[in-house]
Amino acid sequence: MSGTHDDHEHGHQHGHHHREPESALSLRVRALESLLVEKKLVASEAVDRIVSAYEEDIGPHNGAKVVARAWVDPAYRQRLIADGTAAIEELGFGGVDLQVVENTPGVHNLVVCTLCSCYPHALIGLPPVWYKSFEYRSRAVREPRVVLREFGVDLPQSTEIRIWDSSAELRYLVLPERPAGTERLSEAELAKLVTRDAMIGVALVQPPAAAAR
Amino acid sequence: MEPVPSREIADMKGPAALPRKNGELVFDEAWQGRIFGMTVAMSHEACFEWREFQAQLIAEIAHAEREGESTTYYERWLHAFERLLADKGLIDVGALADRTRDFESGRRDDVF
Repeated sequence: MSGTHDDHEHGHQHGHHHREPESALSLRVRALESLLVEKKLVASEAVDRIVSAYEEDIGPHNGAKVVARAWVDPAYRQRLIADGTAAIEELGFGGVDLQVVENTPGVHNLVVCTLCSCYPHALIGLPPVWYKSFEYRSRAVREPRVVLREFGVDLPQSTEIRIWDSSAELRYLVLPERPAGTERLSEAELAKLVTRDAMIGVALVQPPAAAAR
Repeated sequence: MEPVPSREIADMKGPAALPRKNGELVFDEAWQGRIFGMTVAMSHEACFEWREFQAQLIAEIAHAEREGESTTYYERWLHAFERLLADKGLIDVGALADRTRDFESGRRDDVF
């Protein structure tokens, strides 16, 4: 995702003429890549894709743990809704002022940052590219139902959609509804069902059979 | 299609844990990303199991710490990767030395 954040340089320096002398390590790595490419053990494009995928990742697993805990522990859920910041600290996550908004059968929550791309990184990793796009930022507010449908979430007209506009001071996390048929799952198994998109509000959590497909 | 980060790799614990800042992976220099990506790519292609590389990396880190080396995480990673490739017979140490000289002298400038 080169170009989406400017504070560090990404990958790929092939065929690039360096103004500063290149470090011995950098040359050694290029030599290694050149040999591995020649032997067809590695494709440079695959390396590019891997580097960007991992740069974007911390995975939603921290947020997923929070959600799973709230599903299995009603007292924790209450604390989470009342004071998100304090409740995530209980699980060892922090560094963010957080409000958790809960989906219920009649209410669906959707998070956006209309100004820029404020996002609870510590819980759900780096924002996806679309989250930062002007299109999402403007349309999520103007026509949330249409945007949700494009994400594959078709809500009944009777469902109220609440939009939460993140800011540098306060971030939002959606507590999705626990899917039916998951009564026997452990907290850890439940956490595996929870996706980043569900915690932004552009997806519903799928029961295990559907998630495995 | 975008590769999906493997939790086995992304969530390595202990000394082998990937350097991060605010949860994000940190590659201080471009070559660090390249060596990371090559290692992951080759594990995807089943050239080796991730745990084999991880064991090599842990050994390399322990060795460097014992010797009091001031090398960085990704230098240790590079050494571990080269050693694993050599052990598996996937790369010839002499050929790598020659190729490195080609790049140092400017005889080669492109990896292709």
